[in-house]
Parts: sequence; C-alpha cells; structure tokens
Amino acid sequence: MSQEQIELITVDTLLDKVRAKREQGHRLVQMSATRLPDQVELTYSFDLNSRLTNLRLSLPAVETRLPSISSIYDCAILYENEIHDLFNVKVDGLTVDFHGNFYKTAIKFPFGSTKVACASSATTPVSGTASCATAPAANPGATK
Amino acid sequence: MPRTVIPFGPQHPVLPEPIHLDLVVEDEKVIEARPSIGFIHRGLEKLAETKDYVEFVYVAERICGICSFIHGQTYCQAIETIMNVQVPPRALYLRTVWGELSRIHSHLLWLGLMADGMGFESLFMHSWRVREKVLNIIEATTGGRVIFGSCKIGGVRRDINAETIKTILKDLDGIEQDLRDITRVFLNDRSVKARLCGIGVLSKQEAWDLGCVGPMLRASGVAQDMRQQGYAAFKDIPVEPITRTEGDSYARCAVRCEELFQSVQIIRQAFAKIPDGEIAVKVTGNPTGETITRTEQPRGEVVYHLKANGTKNLQRFRVRTPTFANLPAMLKVLPGCDLADVPMIVLTIDPCISCTER
Amino acid sequence: MGYFEMSKLALKWALTKPPTTRYPFEPRKALAGSRGQLVFTKDNCVYCNICAKKCPTGALLVNRAQKKWAIDRLRCITCGYCVEVCPKKSLEMTTSHGSPAVTRDREFH
Ligand code: SF4
Ligand code: SF4
Repeated sequence: MSQEQIELITVDTLLDKVRAKREQGHRLVQMSATRLPDQVELTYSFDLNSRLTNLRLSLPAVETRLPSISSIYDCAILYENEIHDLFNVKVDGLTVDFHGNFYKTAIKFPFGSTKVACASSATTPVSGTASCATAPAANPGATK
Repeated sequence: MPRTVIPFGPQHPVLPEPIHLDLVVEDEKVIEARPSIGFIHRGLEKLAETKDYVEFVYVAERICGICSFIHGQTYCQAIETIMNVQVPPRALYLRTVWGELSRIHSHLLWLGLMADGMGFESLFMHSWRVREKVLNIIEATTGGRVIFGSCKIGGVRRDINAETIKTILKDLDGIEQDLRDITRVFLNDRSVKARLCGIGVLSKQEAWDLGCVGPMLRASGVAQDMRQQGYAAFKDIPVEPITRTEGDSYARCAVRCEELFQSVQIIRQAFAKIPDGEIAVKVTGNPTGETITRTEQPRGEVVYHLKANGTKNLQRFRVRTPTFANLPAMLKVLPGCDLADVPMIVLTIDPCISCTER
Repeated sequence: MGYFEMSKLALKWALTKPPTTRYPFEPRKALAGSRGQLVFTKDNCVYCNICAKKCPTGALLVNRAQKKWAIDRLRCITCGYCVEVCPKKSLEMTTSHGSPAVTRDREFH
C-alpha cells in the first residue's frame, strides 16, 4: 500500500479520530475487516477531495467488541452489521441493529475464526479439481 | 391517522432483484422504511480462500452481471499494484474501451428498467434495442455478452484489430444517433418528467454525509468521479464529472443520460490514441502486500481491499460495491414520499442487490 | 416540457422493419469473436491434465491412464482458459453455442 496513508489507532481513540474526520468533511468510503490468526484487523477508509486516508484498528480475536461509529456516520450501520454477521464482532451502540439478520448465511459467522479459513485453504490446489480427479473411480459406470 | 405496514419485495414487479422493505405508511405517505437484504449472499469473499489469485479474476467478474468487466478490471489493477506489474499501454486502452462500453450498456439497461417501472413500455423497448447494438459490439470483441472474460492480470486476453475498430466507430455513430433519440424522450417528455421531477430529493450535504457514490452523488451536485484519478487510459483521456444540482430522480436520470454521450466520446478518443504493442505481460510469483483500489463503475465508485501474504490465495478479498454505499441514501429519501413513488426512488439509485451482498 | 416526444420515434419505427428476429425459425447468427462452446479434438491430446488443473470451475476431468477426457457442460462457464493453456491445441472455442446441456453427466471422449 504505497499511495494510501494508513494511520494505526486503538479502540479508545477510534471515536475521537472518526469524529475529527467527520468535522474535516471526509466521506466514509468503506469499512472492512480482516481475520488474522490472533486478531481482527479493521480498516476505515475516508475520502476527501478524492484522496484516500485510512484508520487501522486491531482487535483481539475472541470476544471481539467494537464501539459503533454509526452515531457519527449514519451510513456505517450497513458496514457494522455486515462485520457483525460475517466476523462475529460485537458492535456496541449501533443506531440500527439487525441482530445478526443482515445477511442470511448458511454458516454462522463465516469469517468467525481462522479455523474455518485454514481448513479449506489447506486442501487447495483448487478443491474443485481435486474432487474431480477422483470422480471416475467413484463413478466407473459412466466411463465407457 | 392509523399506520399500516406494507411489505415491498423481495419479489416486486419493478425490481428483478430481492430487496425487502417494510414501508410504514400513513394514508399514502411513507413514514418509515425498514430494509432487509441478505437474501442472496453468495459468500464470494470467502471463495478467495479456495481459489488462487489468478483464477479469482473469473470470480471477481461474476460479482455483478452488469458491471462485470469493471469488477474484473479493478481486481486486476489491485493485484497489479501489489505485484508492481507494468501493464502494456495498449491493454490499458482496451480496458478503457470495454469499461466504457459496459457503462453504456449498463446505463441503457437502467434507463429501460426505469421506463418500464413507470409504465412507459415503448421507451423501455427502445432503450433495450439500442443496448442490443452495444452488446453485439461487446460480444464480437470479447466473446461474451455480459461476462466479458477478457481482462487478466497483466493485461487483456484479446486484441481489437484496426479493421474492427473502424466498424465499431461506424456502429458508434449509429448508436449515438439512437441515444439522442431516446434521451430526448427521457429528458423532455411530459409524462416522464411528471414521474421524476422533485421526487426523492437528496441535498448535496446529505449525499456527501451518507457516503453516496456515482451518479447519485453527482446528481446532487458533488463533482466526484473516480475516473479522474487516472487509472487505465484515463491519465491521457481527461474526464469531466457530469453534475446536476437538483438532486431529485430527474437529475439522476439526466446525469446517466449525459454519461452515455461522455462514454461514446471516451471510446472515440481512446481509439484515436490507442498505441500499438503488446497486450499482456507475463506475471509470475505470488502477491505480498495490501492495497485499496477504487474505480468508477456505472453505478459509482467501487472499492477493492486486497490483502495478500505471499501464498497463492488471498488473505482477504473485500469489495464495497456502489449500491452498498447508496442504500443509506435511498432509505433517507423514502420517508415522506408517496407510496406510488417508492419504486421510482428505489430504481433511481440503480440498485444491484446481488453485488451489494456478494 | 414537451408533448408527443415519443411519437416521432414511434412513427419512425412503425415504418421500419422490426429489429428483432423471429428466433426459433430464424436462428441467431453467431458473431465472429463469440465464445460459444468448447470443442475437444481427440487426436492431438496427450492427456497432460493441464486443462483440468487450470479450469476455474473444475468442469474438466482428465484420466491419463485410461486416456479419457471429460467435461461437465453445466459447470463450464466457457471462459476459454483451458484453450489458452492447452499445449497441444486440442481444445477450441467455437462461435456457435450448440444445444443446451440439461443433465449433470459428464461427456466422455
Ligand atoms: S491440456 Fe490439452 S493436451 Fe493436455 S489434457 Fe487438456 S486437452 Fe489434452
Ligand atoms: S472453458 Fe473455462 S470453465 Fe469451461 S472447461 Fe475450459 S477452463 Fe473450464
């Protein structure tokens, strides 16, 4: 990440930093979360005059709680509900809380832990082709 | 006055995609709109863990069925930024051309859907008749009608030869004439104006605060267009954002109508300036690093956040699609409108729910 | 504000031939660059398995021992990646779309 500026912050300073951004007239571009082995990393991106700035926050991987910025930026409700539903991060103080019903996923919290992630990536190369390679043996009748 | 809750969607005649709104109405006025989405969450972001980063172009393209090309392009640009790949200039120009063709077909699709939404069936058919011509150019040059499949990491898969460029330019003249015919109706017709003027007004400040993007933001008077950042060939082809100040549904329609002509001009300029040379470079190795890439989709700014850790699977693949950013604004303008205008307002954000949920 | 803006367009098209074709009776003309259907030529294939490995959807299946090549048409997204990587040029993308696949069976060659 060269041209974009990332500022590392902590949970305590989050609300102040975001409020400052709002006062400077930034637009909230996006919020995204990344599941790392021992933490959840959040990125808040802001835009002012087409220049992107980011705030980065690291949270513990279990019992993750996050203060909501939805009272500062109304549009953050969608991002925060999404992060809750996919990452199992509890967001405190949401102005509109869907209580985990924002996305209807087959697996609850698909990005909820790195376990799920590691299990599936360990079976690569490409799980699709891996299962096909064994298919003719499993289905000998079809092989004329 | 008693209040009634009217469910709107997930299956609704004007919307081919599932979004559900609980509309609290008093008489004919909407008091509140409560959204629920998530009917078609496909988990594409999770797929990054099983598909390698080269194959993932195909997944990225399939996030949306309408702005598919620019999704693929943005993904490739993001990976190229991480891996420091120099894409040959001819490939950049071809990407620009295809991106603008997809913008024309997306806007025409939207104009048609909107005409259909207000019951103007003949206008709907004319919009889609013109769109078909654009789709034919796309199919002849890339091989697919909506999923182009022509963008890859390091360049593009197909070239357009000089002869084809000539025929495309000739077709574009015809298309431009057709566009003039139909946009005249959209911008001047009395019945269209009656349905759009003054409906769903969003002020400049509100649009900015609610994080709107694309035509929605520009219709409210903010001149922001990601193409100005100069990705692909836009560093040589300047783009002036098209803005309106009214912020109502009519303004959003007018912005999209004008963007059609702008895109035609961009394609002409791109073909005039296109350099000769290679169309792709070979990319080896695995990406390490992180980037946030933004481009302008027909519906607005799309944000790709990619994080790679040196394996062939990405650590994180995150997309913020334009509709996701425009939904809060839609919920903001719904209260206070007439029930009959709800479909119009929902349509003017050009909702693409499948790409919202990915 | 204009009245009868549409009538000019409507009149013009009332007097022109319809731009649509009578589809099932008049088949669609394939465009030159169109990606229609994947066609396999048995003669050149060395059963190297590269196409199956690269296919993003896992539609292909190659068995080197039995010299079998198979495709699941419903999985194939006609992306053309296999055509690009095949070292022996034994795969080809035709412009005609062929008949639709209706079952999940693999076609064996
Ligand atoms: S890549 Fe070509 S030669 Fe190799 S198995 Fe596939 S079709 Fe045969
Ligand atoms: S065209 Fe694409 S999806 Fe179809 S078999 Fe070839 S690689 Fe697989």
